[in-house]
Amino acid sequence: MDLFSFIKPKNELEQQGTAPEAKQPYVPDEMWTKCPKCGTLLLTTDLEENLHVCSKCNHHFHLGARERIGIIADSDSFTELDAGLTSVNIIDFPGYDEKLEKGKSKSGENESVICGTALIRGIKTVIISMNADFMMGSMGTVTGDKITRAFEYAADNALPVVAFTVSGGARMQEGILSLMQMAKTSGAVKKHSDAGLLYITVLTDPTTGGVTASFAMEGDIILAEPGALIAFAGPRVIEQTIRQKLPKDFQTAEFLQSKGFVDRVVDRRYLRDTIGHLLAIHNYREV
Amino acid sequence: MSAYDKVLAARSTKKLTSMDYINSLFGDTFIELHGDRNYSDDKAVVGGVGMLNEIPVTVIGLEKGRNTFERMERNFGAAHPEGYRKALRLMKQAEKFHRPILCFVDTSGAYCGIGAEERGQGHAIATNMMEMMALKTPILSVFIGEGGSGGAIALAVADEVWMMENAVYSVISPEGCASILWKDSSKAAEAAECLKMTSNDLFELGVIERILREPTAGDQKMFESLKLLICRTFEKNLAVPVDELTRQRYNRFRKIGAQ
Repeated sequence: MDLFSFIKPKNELEQQGTAPEAKQPYVPDEMWTKCPKCGTLLLTTDLEENLHVCSKCNHHFHLGARERIGIIADSDSFTELDAGLTSVNIIDFPGYDEKLEKGKSKSGENESVICGTALIRGIKTVIISMNADFMMGSMGTVTGDKITRAFEYAADNALPVVAFTVSGGARMQEGILSLMQMAKTSGAVKKHSDAGLLYITVLTDPTTGGVTASFAMEGDIILAEPGALIAFAGPRVIEQTIRQKLPKDFQTAEFLQSKGFVDRVVDRRYLRDTIGHLLAIHNYREV
Repeated sequence: MSAYDKVLAARSTKKLTSMDYINSLFGDTFIELHGDRNYSDDKAVVGGVGMLNEIPVTVIGLEKGRNTFERMERNFGAAHPEGYRKALRLMKQAEKFHRPILCFVDTSGAYCGIGAEERGQGHAIATNMMEMMALKTPILSVFIGEGGSGGAIALAVADEVWMMENAVYSVISPEGCASILWKDSSKAAEAAECLKMTSNDLFELGVIERILREPTAGDQKMFESLKLLICRTFEKNLAVPVDELTRQRYNRFRKIGAQ
């Protein structure tokens, strides 16, 4: 390659078929993560350090249930409740057994929600964290039961609850029994609330259907991550129903805040401090 | 009748609506009360007070309308958030005066639209369920036609839930289920079987307490016996101390799917 080729535009080089591809250093794929929103290539280690938020456009990447607990709870403080509970095909719904197996292997979890106790800035809290990798975070009977148990545990032990939601809604493969979990979890929230205890929800992308229409919207304080889709009926369903295009930013966290249904949209990097501060304001003390 | 036949029957415009039941049970003692005191009066929800024999009752129904004009006006029984909030306002009023609450459910679902989302459909349904669970007065919900998902359960967190023989109650419409699972809404009949949404299915699953034989229009004798049944249930539950009543209501739902 002659000296001048270095100052030629790269595309010209490519056209000539002389692009020095072979000379590019080898970069393993996992070193870089492309932001799905702005397309920027981000160094994966930087992205992790930035709590999976794009440093260019502020896009909040999806987090698994345990990753979520990892960035909110004090390190090694999480103790899981009801870890062994897992769904069975209670109404013999065709194909559900396979879907459950797939959900388990994809997420490495037994159910679409993880519950437990943890310290958040030293304050003991019950954490409920949903997992989108398990059947879209859908709420079946075991999901509903684990959430109910978590609220009952919190009520019995005078603990606050922080719930991170991500869900496609009620799990239709369990028919009416999954719908009943909306009422059941709502009852558990009420019981906890009547004991004078604090419940904070953090709505993350996406939170929809029967979860939006139950415990997700029942927090004393409702936080949401930037850009998260939060809906009762998803945008596609609405477009099909009303046959018109939806307004821009419709059903985003910011939209819900402007309409009065979210207290505060909080950047993930401030979430732990915000929750810790709110817990302290409600007189919960470090243990 | 197949499950899907029951779905179609439940949707039939010939089916008696909430207003038919209210008129036949309450006669001219019914006084309709309007509005959620916040936004508007949603005509998909009808509510008010009346006498059931000797018992003052708050009655609320999801109303589809009985002719084309009414159906348009009532949005085919698909309520907006203000409809659920009207229902809750009337239920709170009933609690204050310790009046039992009778709900009639008949809806394809809570309305899906821009206004419904903007005004917090999810929030409205969630709030109703949460408040109903602890309401210090007896609640009875009767499914008379379609029981469409969140839009139905928002009026069915009750001490007892009864269903007309050919009513249905489901987490999703069979068409919706078929199109999501099999990308083919024409498999709705198959989905209807799988979803276990008929009154018999629900009774077996322990989700409802009673299956009722459906009255026909004008059959006052059948309405009288239904009235008697409702009155007896209210009398029984009015005698239960309220804390015990709400504890029983909580446990009624708590045991569904309990591990």
